[in-house]
Amino acid sequence: MPQNLAHAVAEQPGDRQHHSDETVGDAGTAAEASTTDATPRAEVVDGLDRSDEPGLLTRLLQVLIGPSFVMTWFRRSLALALGVIVWHFAVATDFNWYINFENVAAPSEVWASLTKQLSGSMFYKHIAVSLQRILIAYVLAAVVGISLGLVMGRSRIANDLVMPFVELFRPIPAVAWIPLAILMWPTEEGSIIYITYLGALFPIILNTVSGVEQTPEVLVRAARSLGAGRMQIFRHVVLPAALPNIATGLAVGMGVAWFSLLAGEIISGQYGIGYFTWTAYHLIKYDDIIVGMLTIGLLGTASTLAVRLLMAPFLKWQRKAR
Amino acid sequence: MLNIIKFNATAGAQTVPVMPKQPRVKPDTGNIKIDNVSISFGRGEQHHLAVSETSIEIKPGEFVCILGPSGCGKSTLLNAVAGYVKPTRGQVLLDGKAVTGPGPDRGMVFQQYSLFPWKTVRENVAFGPRILGRASPTPEAIADTFIDMVGLTKFAKRYPAELSGGMQQRVGIARALANYPTVLLMDEPFGALDSQTRHVMQENLLKIWGEFGITVLFVTHDIDEAVFLGDRVLVMSASPGKIIADIPVRLPRPRDPDIALDEDFMRIKRLCHERIKQESMRAFDQQNT
Ligand SMILES: Nc1ncnc2c1ncn2[C@@H]1O[C@H](COP(=O)(O)OP(=O)(O)OP(=O)(O)O)[C@@H](O)[C@H]1O
Ligand SMILES: [Mg+2]
Repeated sequence: MPQNLAHAVAEQPGDRQHHSDETVGDAGTAAEASTTDATPRAEVVDGLDRSDEPGLLTRLLQVLIGPSFVMTWFRRSLALALGVIVWHFAVATDFNWYINFENVAAPSEVWASLTKQLSGSMFYKHIAVSLQRILIAYVLAAVVGISLGLVMGRSRIANDLVMPFVELFRPIPAVAWIPLAILMWPTEEGSIIYITYLGALFPIILNTVSGVEQTPEVLVRAARSLGAGRMQIFRHVVLPAALPNIATGLAVGMGVAWFSLLAGEIISGQYGIGYFTWTAYHLIKYDDIIVGMLTIGLLGTASTLAVRLLMAPFLKWQRKAR
Repeated sequence: MLNIIKFNATAGAQTVPVMPKQPRVKPDTGNIKIDNVSISFGRGEQHHLAVSETSIEIKPGEFVCILGPSGCGKSTLLNAVAGYVKPTRGQVLLDGKAVTGPGPDRGMVFQQYSLFPWKTVRENVAFGPRILGRASPTPEAIADTFIDMVGLTKFAKRYPAELSGGMQQRVGIARALANYPTVLLMDEPFGALDSQTRHVMQENLLKIWGEFGITVLFVTHDIDEAVFLGDRVLVMSASPGKIIADIPVRLPRPRDPDIALDEDFMRIKRLCHERIKQESMRAFDQQNT
C-alpha cells in the first residue's frame, strides 16, 4: 500500500478509479464509500468547479442581447440625444446670458453642413492628412517612448541621464513649441509632426518607466532560479510586467497626440482637420466649426479605442484576474 | 480523515505520464553545506545581524525543516542557499561547489505567489526547461508531466489568476521541479493556505519527495508541519538568527496525518516547543536587561 500511495500522484485517472472501486469492493462499508466521495470534495477545496459554465457562444450572446448591454447603450444614446435637444433650444431661443449662443449653429444646420462636407472630397483630404500626421508621429513616439522607458526603468544611469529632460519638457504645452518648431524644421509638415510626436512621447515614457519599476522582485528571483539570464528576464518578466502600464501610456499618449496635432494645425499648414476648423471661423462658417470639432472628438475617441483594442490580446491574462 | 483527498482528484487527465520511473536525480547529489555563515544587513545604526555563524550539513535526499519564529532569519538563510543573498562571512557549498548565485540546480518555491501572471499554467511550468534549452522531451511535454503530477491537467491552459491559492502553489512546485533540480528550497510555501488545504499539500509534497529522492530544505514557523515533514528539524532563534537545536525525527515513512496522534510525534513536538520556549525566555530576559 505504501508503494501505491507513493505513485498515486503520477497515476492516470483511470487507474485511480480502479483503485477506488477496489477499496469499496474490499471493505464494502459506508465509511469507505465516503472515502471515495471525497474526490469531488477536493474540487471544493480548490474553489473552481466550472462544469456548469456556459459555452463561449452562449456567453457572447448573453453579453450582446443581455439586459445590461442594451440598457447601457440605451442610456448612452439617450444622454447624447438630450444634449442635442438642449443645444437645439439654446440656439432656438438665442440664449444669451453670459454665454452667447446667438452665433452658434443649430444642430440641424450642422447636420446639413456635415452632409454637404461628406459629399465633397476636400473634407476627406483634411481627415486623411490629420490621420497621416498622427500615425507617423504616434508610431515614432511609441517606438522611442517604450524603448527609452524600458531602458530607464532598468538602468539607474539611463534614468538619471534622460529623466531631467522629460521632467523639464513635459509641462511645456504643444502651443508653446510652435514658434521653435517652425524655426527648427525645414518644412511645416515636419514641425507639425514633431509637435504631435512630443505630445505622445512623454506619457508613453513615464508610464513605461513606472511599469518596469513595478516589476515584482519575487518574479525576477523566480526566473533567475529557473536559469534565466538578464535578457531572458527582460523579455519574459520585465516587459510583460510593464505591459499594462505601457498600454495605459499608449492610450493617454494617443489623446495628447491629438491635442498637440490640433495646436500645430491651427497655427500652420494648409490641410488637416484642425486647419479646417480654424479656417471655418475665419470664413464665418459657424456650422463648419462644429462639424470640425465633432470630427476631432470622434477621431480622437476612435483612435484611442483602436489602441486599446490592439493592446487587448497582450493583456488577456489580466482580464482574468479577479 | 483528511488523508484521502488526492492531488489528482481534480484531474481529468488524458495525457499519459511520460515520466521515467527510475529516480530522476543522480544519487549522492544535493549535498548542502552551510559553512560558518553570517549574514548582516545595513551599516552603522541600521546594522542588523540576521544570521549568525551558522553551520549546517544536509545529506543528499534529506528532508530538513527550518523552524523558527517570524523575523528570525529563516528566509535570509534559505536565500543564501538559493544564491539571492551573499553571506557576509562563510559560504554555502552545494555538492562541494561554492554557491555564487541562483541556478536551476536549486528549485525555489516562494512564500508568496510567484507564478508569472501572463503565462498559463503550462507556460509557467515549461519556462525552466525552455530556458535551459531542453529539446527532447519538449518543454511542453515536461510541463505536462509535472502538471499531471500535481493533478492540474485540466487547468493547464488557465492563467494563475484563475486558480485558487493552493492550486497556484502546486503549480509553483511543479515549476520548480520541472528543471530536475538536485535541491528543492521551500520558504513557507503553505503559509498562506487554510489548514485543510495545507494538510493535503504536505502529504502530497511527501509523495513527490518520495518519488524524487531530492534534497528538500523547508522553512516553516509551524511545529506540526516541521515534525510531520522532516527527517530533521532545525530550530532557529532570533537576534542574532542561529540554529539552537538539531532535532532528528525518526518517524516511519510514508507518513500519514494520523501520525500526529503518535506518541513519538508528540514527544518530538514537545521537544521543539521546549527549545523555542527556552530561547524566547532568554531573548525576553535579554531585552529586559
Ligand atoms: N534585504 C534586507 N535588508 C535589511 N534587513 C533585512 C533584509 N532582509 C531581511 N532583513 C532582516 O533580517 C531579519 C530576518 O528576516 P527574514 O526575512 O529572514 O525572517 P524570517 O525568519 O523569514 O521571517 P518570516 O517568518 O516572517 O518570513 C529581519 O529582522 C529582517 O528585518
Ligand atoms: Mg520569511
